[in-house]
Amino acid sequence: MRSVLYLLTALSVMGLAFWAYRENYRTQAAISEMSDIQRQIGRLREDLGVLRAEWAYLNRPGRLRQLVDLNFERLKLVPFGSDQFVDVGQVAFPTPKAPEREPGADADMPVERPAGFPPRRPQESTP
Amino acid sequence: MIRTPLRPLARILRARETGENPDAIEAENRAQRHAAIQERARGSARTRLFFMSCAFALAFGTVGAKMGVLAASQPSEPRVQTTGAQIISQRADITDRHGRVLATNLLTHSLYAHPQQMVEPERAARELVRIFPDLEVERLDKDFTGKRTFVWIKKKISPEQMQAVHDIGEPGLLFGPREMRLYPNGHIAAHILGGATFGKEDVASAEVVGVAGVEKAFDHWLRDPANDGAPLMLSLDLTVQAAMEEVLGNGMKVMNAKGATGILMEIKTGEIVAMASLPDFDPNDRPRPLLKGDPSDSPLFNRAVQGQYELGSTFKIFPVAQAIDLKLVSPTTMINAKAPMKIGKYLINEFRGHNYGTLSVTDIIVKSSNVGTVRVAQLLGPDRQRDFLQKLGFFDPTPIEMSEAPTGKPLVPKRWPAVTSATVAFGHGLAASPLHLATAYATVANGGKRVMPTLIHDRSQRGGEQVLSPEAARIAVQMLRQVVVRGSGRSANVEGYEVAGKTGTADKPRPTGGYYGNKVVSTFASVFPASDPQYVLVLSLDEPSTIGAGGESRTAGATSAPVAAEVIRRVAPLLGLRPSTETQLPMVERPLPDRLKLVSN
Repeated sequence: MRSVLYLLTALSVMGLAFWAYRENYRTQAAISEMSDIQRQIGRLREDLGVLRAEWAYLNRPGRLRQLVDLNFERLKLVPFGSDQFVDVGQVAFPTPKAPEREPGADADMPVERPAGFPPRRPQESTP
Repeated sequence: MIRTPLRPLARILRARETGENPDAIEAENRAQRHAAIQERARGSARTRLFFMSCAFALAFGTVGAKMGVLAASQPSEPRVQTTGAQIISQRADITDRHGRVLATNLLTHSLYAHPQQMVEPERAARELVRIFPDLEVERLDKDFTGKRTFVWIKKKISPEQMQAVHDIGEPGLLFGPREMRLYPNGHIAAHILGGATFGKEDVASAEVVGVAGVEKAFDHWLRDPANDGAPLMLSLDLTVQAAMEEVLGNGMKVMNAKGATGILMEIKTGEIVAMASLPDFDPNDRPRPLLKGDPSDSPLFNRAVQGQYELGSTFKIFPVAQAIDLKLVSPTTMINAKAPMKIGKYLINEFRGHNYGTLSVTDIIVKSSNVGTVRVAQLLGPDRQRDFLQKLGFFDPTPIEMSEAPTGKPLVPKRWPAVTSATVAFGHGLAASPLHLATAYATVANGGKRVMPTLIHDRSQRGGEQVLSPEAARIAVQMLRQVVVRGSGRSANVEGYEVAGKTGTADKPRPTGGYYGNKVVSTFASVFPASDPQYVLVLSLDEPSTIGAGGESRTAGATSAPVAAEVIRRVAPLLGLRPSTETQLPMVERPLPDRLKLVSN
């Protein structure tokens, strides 16, 4: 009886040791993966900073002005003036594309706009 | 415990019978008693010593064990705890009020050399000069072949240059990371941003230090890691600033001016939306300051903040507004404005020898009458006049957040006799910066509540002191509107924006004393829209002259006022101000749904 007890104890100790060994290595792997990801985040943030700087550099007012001058033929952009304020009713909103009806759906059902989309304005429905 | 007597009677008697000395018995007993006491003391001391040694053993054992653990274990960073965002850049960005980048950091590399590790120093020197033409080959040769162990070659290099240096293949050429300050918009807002340079330098990193402007004023804040990389949001609007600089530059060219400055300020908050001073510089490549001569000739000189100009007739509104506030005059009070007027031994004349006779107070401002203003100032008296100007902030440097602000302290006369009081009333004898003038106009247009200029967006400020009654402030703005409608500022009228302003032409003082006859500073200070003042624009041209219909003209009405009108025309729509027109807004045809057309004018 006693020898069986000894054997069981020894086996459970071996099992626990194996489990602890595996947990240790898994933790270490997780830690190194995390530090890898953090280093990656740091690198990406650095890249993001560079991209933001480049974006700001490409959008500097001096360059935009040159581009507008170069493309005056096509775009005909002039400085924003006070005569460009008009009433909302006169603004030409692009007509939204009619969504494709699902086959078999009821034709009289009002088409629901996706969530977050503003409610339909009266101007949009009139040509 | 029964104490043994030192002289027990029985033994003493026995000893006496035998003829022995009883003192010997006493001595023996005393010795026994002392021995017992000593034995007890030794026992307790031994216990104490034992506990003491235990404590020492424990303490030193702990220290020793920890040392052993430290020596035996592998060092590693505490990686599990640091999960938050790490510090990316050592200096925060600067953005405008909409978050557009005005200053940011860029990671580049510096180039240095260890000549003792070099394989072919002469070839390396030759190749380096090919990549960087500004280096001298002799100098590099001397450095590389001499006894030096360390040589800085370049502080900042681009990735392409870095690759080219890599391609030399010289092991003695090394790179260190460098964070450099980048101003992507170039010249725009150069004076406000200032510039940055390297402070303490090392191979591995260098500290970036602001040298002027906002960069210097907020140096500590920008470098404070506690802000977690939050950008510094200025009150500037990049679009408006760019438009203003463009118009101002063109205006300066057309009016043949030496310099120009413009300040656009939000009245309610005192936030500066745009501030320009021309000529300017590129903060990425900041020029060296002038060591001799007039500092205002350097492009580094910020005319808007550092310039001290006698601002001329733009000052006239202050004594008049104060006199209305104190109910000494009303806009229709008639004032004797016969020129010339004599104060002590000085004669006060009108512009171009005019003589207006008797004028109403409104017409004094509209016609910009010196004599009339002096008469109004005389009603006030020098003490009240000085007090009011002090409340408007003309006696102290502006509290704007720039390192140059304290240098813009106005030149105020020390004594205040009748003549000074008279000349200050029409803007001579007191030299202040255009920013002071903009602040004072904003205070008047803000219903008389003191406005503090600031460059920081959305900074909560406590309400300013009331220096002028709202009624008097409203009347003053209406008078300024009359100047633009029918007075000297007619050329500043912009359809729909109800510009109200005052021109000012002041002769430039000679450094040797007296005034130049043909050099002026012409200023136009304005508020718009007059019915609900929102913005103040102060525009100043240094030594302008224009050839008009009546020959050469230097007056502000012919030089700064039209430029100011052009600035307002460009900038007001950008600020989102709708023009208030009596006529209908223009009708734009609605295009057909299938043929979209952009709205254009």
